[in-house]
Amino acid sequence: MPDGARERILARLESGASTEPAGEPDFAVMARRAVRPEERYASLRRAMEAVHAEFLEANGDDWPGRVRAFAEAEGIRSIAYGPGTDAAGRLESVLRGSAVRLVPYDRPIEEMKRTLFDDVDAGFTTTRGGIADTGGLILWPTPEEPRLLSLVPPVHLALLDVARIHGSLWQAMRDEGWAGRMPPNALLVSGPSKTADIEQTLAYGVHGPKRLVVIAVVPRA
Amino acid sequence: MSAEPRPADFRRASTAALADGPLRANFRRAMDGLMAKRAARFADPVEWRDLRALGAAIRARTLARLPEHLVRLEARCRENGISVRWAETTEEANAIVLEILRRHGATRVVKGKSMVSEEMHLNDFLERHGIESLESDLGEYIIQLDGETPSHIIMPAIHKNRGQIAKLFGRKIRDAVYTEDVDALTAIARRVLRRKFFEADAGISGVNFAVAETGTLCLVENEGNGRMSTHVPPVHIALMGVEKVVPRLEDVPPLYSLLTRSATAQPITTYFNMIGGPRGPGEKDGPREVHLVILDNGRSRMHADRALQATLRCIRCGACMNHCPVYTRIGGHAYEAVYPGPIGQLVTPQTEGVDRRADLLEASSLCGACGEVCPVGIPIPELIVRLRTEAAAPGGASAVLGRGGARHRVESLAWRVWSTVLSRPRLYRAAALAATRLGRLVPAGFPPLSAWTRFRSAPRPARRSLHELADDERIPDA
Ligand code: SF4
Repeated sequence: MPDGARERILARLESGASTEPAGEPDFAVMARRAVRPEERYASLRRAMEAVHAEFLEANGDDWPGRVRAFAEAEGIRSIAYGPGTDAAGRLESVLRGSAVRLVPYDRPIEEMKRTLFDDVDAGFTTTRGGIADTGGLILWPTPEEPRLLSLVPPVHLALLDVARIHGSLWQAMRDEGWAGRMPPNALLVSGPSKTADIEQTLAYGVHGPKRLVVIAVVPRA
Repeated sequence: MSAEPRPADFRRASTAALADGPLRANFRRAMDGLMAKRAARFADPVEWRDLRALGAAIRARTLARLPEHLVRLEARCRENGISVRWAETTEEANAIVLEILRRHGATRVVKGKSMVSEEMHLNDFLERHGIESLESDLGEYIIQLDGETPSHIIMPAIHKNRGQIAKLFGRKIRDAVYTEDVDALTAIARRVLRRKFFEADAGISGVNFAVAETGTLCLVENEGNGRMSTHVPPVHIALMGVEKVVPRLEDVPPLYSLLTRSATAQPITTYFNMIGGPRGPGEKDGPREVHLVILDNGRSRMHADRALQATLRCIRCGACMNHCPVYTRIGGHAYEAVYPGPIGQLVTPQTEGVDRRADLLEASSLCGACGEVCPVGIPIPELIVRLRTEAAAPGGASAVLGRGGARHRVESLAWRVWSTVLSRPRLYRAAALAATRLGRLVPAGFPPLSAWTRFRSAPRPARRSLHELADDERIPDA
């Protein structure tokens, strides 16, 4: 259709005013914000708990046991997950034979939609890390761990290695060179879904997960 | 829906809004809360100053080389598998969306919040073509149910209280039990909308930042409806104005931080969704197609003027309206425009014409609050004055639509008399004498003075002028 639209818009913008403001943008204020490594987990946790994220702490390799105990205690009977990752393997070995059923997200959404929307109590994902200053988990969904695992089931269980918490989003992007390797979908998640659209009153669990449970893996003391 | 819209009449609409007690209470409560929370979130004045300077610099530099960044964005998006289309007008944008939807036989669409789609009146357009277009942001859903438009760019249903929403749900949603409990109301909407996400043939969203360097579309939200709309259906259409591009990924964190803190006083939103393309090889979900529509709709005209170009820095945070004494009292609907409040007072006259919407330019006391809180440093009051000048200009060429169209004969005559009198000392003395000795005899209840005296007491000129008093004291003229 209006292919000429592109040319005409660009031409108008070309002839528009274009005085380049003096000086490069100064990012020093972003650098100042960084949280020191030893304070990062506490900072992230404080910020995320303020918006109703829940935390389970696990030492090193015993995290699948924490997931199992939590699920049993909370009446979570089925967890969707992405098979094929290291974490998935551990989860499988601990939950096998328990009352908690693991539901693999191993087919395209077209075949999984009903299961994901109606038949599972929780979705489990790993994370790429976290953000200390504002709180927030970094997720880069993969073919093994699809995008909707962290969104559609009513509870999101997220595994976080506290050694991978960055000072800020800006730091994370720079340190890991995101600009050169952005995936088809990258996400920050800081809590369960929420709204304040009715009289500015906060209500949790509007469209996405009603609960976000972070399984924080801390180094053995 | 409506055929020919009746011309906007700000005086009538604002007078009606001022007389609406519940409406004023709803806005007052919300705006007071937002102002206090925002101030607390920018408690460190040095950080605020530096971050705002950074935000302003990023936006200003982007606009200075806008075509270059847009072309780069288009190229990167295409590499990522996102198809890109351009639209000069909202009609063209609507036609593009319709064509994509028709190609997929889509009849049910879910939408995330998008102010550009409000400019397009997209929902009405799609309904007319037999496509259900459902708003999924809770606030947008509420006002769509009631056949309304947003009264605030961030909190579209802010003009309604829970009682009004409870009644609306009872009327419009099957088996909704009457409740004024906010959690229960939210649960009702969740139940309805999750079905809609499940069934939708396509999803439509706006864009908060489009990164030229990486071809990434960033969406900021709390509810998860944006992720649902963009990731559950097989087709995603994203709509953006030409100004939404930023050059580098690194530019995003400062703008995102300014946006969330200015808009709702959050350090970060629940979700920050960075879309870099459709479902990739081996991926099990995500849309099979992602389309980006880049809309002009008057923006290139704003871009053409060196000062007014700053209008395009806007990141749509809503802080200017939250802090505006006029907006707080009349709410968003009285502006009868897509964008209310101070930013709307810049955008609407520039897109519809300063002649047609000159009334909006008067709706400011120039108190300066909007300019002070704007996180990207748009000098809003200065630009309002500039547009007033354009509206009353004696003709001549300008990039501004409708220039000179609001020029009043009586007003220009008054100013001519004023300048004549002031430039002739003897005439000035005679006029001052007349005003002090006879001023009280002018009837205040009739035009043109009645415009002032209808709501205020009439000014009473002093019996002797300052000049005369100074002469008595033998104070020499400068
Ligand atoms: S003009 Fe400034 S304060 Fe108003 S919405 Fe835009 S960015 Fe926010």
